[in-house]
Amino acid sequence: MAHIELRNVSKSFGANTALKGLNLTVEDGQFFVLLGETGAGKTTTLRVVAGLEKPTEGTVLIDGVDVGSWGAAERDVALVLQQYSLYPRYTVRENLEFPLKSKIRRVEPAEIKERVDRVARTLRIEHLMDRKTDRLSGGEMQRVSIGRAIVRKPRVFLMDEPLSALDAKLREALRTELKNLQMNLGATFLFVTHDQVEAMSMGDRIGVLDRGRLVQVGTPSEIYARPKNTFVARAVGSPPMNLIHGAVRDGNAVAEAGFSLPIAAAASQDGRAVTFGVRPEDIRLDAEATAKGRVHDVENHGVEKIVTVAAGDALLRLTTPASHKLAIDDTIAFSWNPDKIILFDRGSGLNLAGA
Amino acid sequence: MATLTMTTLDPQSKAARRGLSDLAIRNLFIIPTIIFLIVFNIFPLLYSLGYSFTDFRASSNAPANFVGLDNYRTLLNDPFIWSNFAITAKYVIVSVAGQVVVGFGVALLLNREIPFKGLITTLLLLPMMLSMAVVGLFWKLLYDPSFGIINYAFGLGRFEWLSNPDMALYAVALTDIWMWSPFVMLLSLAGLSAVPKHLYEAAAIDRAGPIYTFFRITLPLVAPILMIAIIFRTMEAFKTFDLAYILTSQPTTEVISIRLYKMAFQEWQTGMSCALAYIVLIMVIAITNIYVKYLNKVKER
Repeated sequence: MAHIELRNVSKSFGANTALKGLNLTVEDGQFFVLLGETGAGKTTTLRVVAGLEKPTEGTVLIDGVDVGSWGAAERDVALVLQQYSLYPRYTVRENLEFPLKSKIRRVEPAEIKERVDRVARTLRIEHLMDRKTDRLSGGEMQRVSIGRAIVRKPRVFLMDEPLSALDAKLREALRTELKNLQMNLGATFLFVTHDQVEAMSMGDRIGVLDRGRLVQVGTPSEIYARPKNTFVARAVGSPPMNLIHGAVRDGNAVAEAGFSLPIAAAASQDGRAVTFGVRPEDIRLDAEATAKGRVHDVENHGVEKIVTVAAGDALLRLTTPASHKLAIDDTIAFSWNPDKIILFDRGSGLNLAGA
Repeated sequence: MATLTMTTLDPQSKAARRGLSDLAIRNLFIIPTIIFLIVFNIFPLLYSLGYSFTDFRASSNAPANFVGLDNYRTLLNDPFIWSNFAITAKYVIVSVAGQVVVGFGVALLLNREIPFKGLITTLLLLPMMLSMAVVGLFWKLLYDPSFGIINYAFGLGRFEWLSNPDMALYAVALTDIWMWSPFVMLLSLAGLSAVPKHLYEAAAIDRAGPIYTFFRITLPLVAPILMIAIIFRTMEAFKTFDLAYILTSQPTTEVISIRLYKMAFQEWQTGMSCALAYIVLIMVIAITNIYVKYLNKVKER
C-alpha cells in the first residue's frame, strides 16, 4: 500500500488546460475522493497518477519516489474505468487471471487459482466464473473489473467513476461493498466521481475540483459544514446549500429578497454585502417567526419532505418531517439556526470565516 | 427481414405518363441482369458439367460420346495433375502466408498517429489497383537477370529469378505478395482501429508486456476480419493464372489453372478440361467451407 503525492501538477492538451498547479496528498490506506463536474480534470488526474498521461509540469510521487519516468506497468497501480474495460472473448476467470499471467510477474498456477477464487468469493461472482464477459449485466461487469484490480494486490487503486453507469439500487449496494473492501484491504484508494452522495458516503477525505484547480480538501463533514467558497457549497449536499444575497445589519441578516433573520456570526462584517449560506436542515418552519414565504413546491422523500419556499424573489429549500402537512401556495413563516449561517464574500465567493 | 414495401409511382412522373407501372420499371432493371447471369454464368456452368462426362473435343467435328466418370477417373489417377495441385498448394501457402505477414505487419505499423498517414495508406494501396497483366509484365522486367533492377539493387549479379526452376514459383509468389499485401493491410487496419483504446490502457495497467498484449488482446479481436482476408486471398491464389502465365513458362510454376488452360485451349480436350474445372471448383468450395467454419468458431469466442 502506498502514499501518493502530486506536486504542482499541470496538464494541458493543446490549448486546453485540464489541470492547473494541482497539489494533492493521499495518505497510505486512505479513501480519497475527487469530486468535480464533467471536465473538471478528475479523470486527467487519475490518468496522470496511473502513468497513462505525462504531466506537462510538476511531479508525481508514489511512496516518496518520483515516478515521472515510469510507465503504467512499473507504477503498480490498478485502474477501474467507467466502461469496465473487460477483455472481450474471455471468460470471467480468464479476465481475473489476466494480470497474474503476464510474463513480467511469474505467479505459480496454484497461487493464481487460489487468488482468483478468493477474489471471486469476496465479490460474490463465483457463479459467473465460466461465463463470457459479454453475457454479464452492468453490475456484474463492474464487479469483475474491480476483481481484476484487487487480484493483483496493487499499491494504489484508482477508480474512475466506476459506479456511474449502474442503476441506483446497484450503485448503492456496490458503494457499501467498495467501502468495506477498502477497509478490509487497508488499501489506498483514489476515487473519482461527480456524484456528491458517493463522495460524502465513501470518502475519508474529499477533494473538490473546479476547472482544473483543487478548491478544497477535507473530511466530508468539514466540506459539508465549512465550504471554502460558494462553489463547494453548491457542489456538496442534496438538496444544495441555500445561497441568499443580502447584508449584515446589527447582528441580523437582511436578505435582498425582503426578510430579516438573526445571525450569530461576525459582528465585524456589519454593513457588508454578502451571500448567506444555509443548509436546508437548518431552516425550520416556525409559526412565530417574522420571515414569511409561500410554499412553492413540496417533494416527499418518505422520511422527510423537501419544501421549496418562495420568499420575495428568492427560492429557499428546507427539510421538514414528512408528517408535516403542507399545500402549495400556503403562506408559512420560517426561521433558521443562527449558529449555522455561513457568510461568503459577494464578489469572490470566499467563506469570510476562512475554511 | 423488413416487409417489402414498394412505393407506388408518382402519377405525375414522366414514366407514369408513358404507361409504365412501378412493377414494369422493376422488371426493366432486374430482368436484363438475370438474363446476363444465366447466359454467361449459369448456362456454361451446367453445360460444362454435361461435357465433363463426354469425350468432346471442340477442335473436331466428331460427335461427343458419353463416357461416364471416365474423365474424372483419368484425371484423379494422373500423377502430373497431382503435381500441378502440389505446385498450386505450395504457391497458395507461400503467397497467402507472405501477404498476411507483410499486410498485417504494415497495418500494425500504420495503426498509430503518424504524419501523412492517409497519404501513406493510399500510396501503399496502389499495387492492388493495377491490372494483373501490367504487374506481370513489369515484374518480368524487374526480375530480368541482365538489366533487372532487383538484381542491381541487391547486388545479386546475374541471378535468374524466373528461368531457375527452383526459384520461379517463389518469384511469382513474391510478385503476388507485393500486389495483394495491401488488401490484407486494409482489412487489418479496419480491424485494428476497432479495438478500443481503453483495453490497451487496461492491459498496460495490468502490467502486460507488448507481446502478451498482442497475443491476448490485439490478435483475438482482429482474428475474424483477418480470417476474411485470408479466405479471399486463398480463393484468389488457388485460381491464379495471369501472373504465373505472364511471368514464366517453367513446368515448376504450372499451377492448376495453367494446366487447365493448356488442356482446354492448346490440347483441345474439352470434355476432360471441363471435368478438371469441376474438380478445382469442388476443391475451392471445400477449402472455403473449412475456413468459414473456422471463422464462425473464431467469431463465437
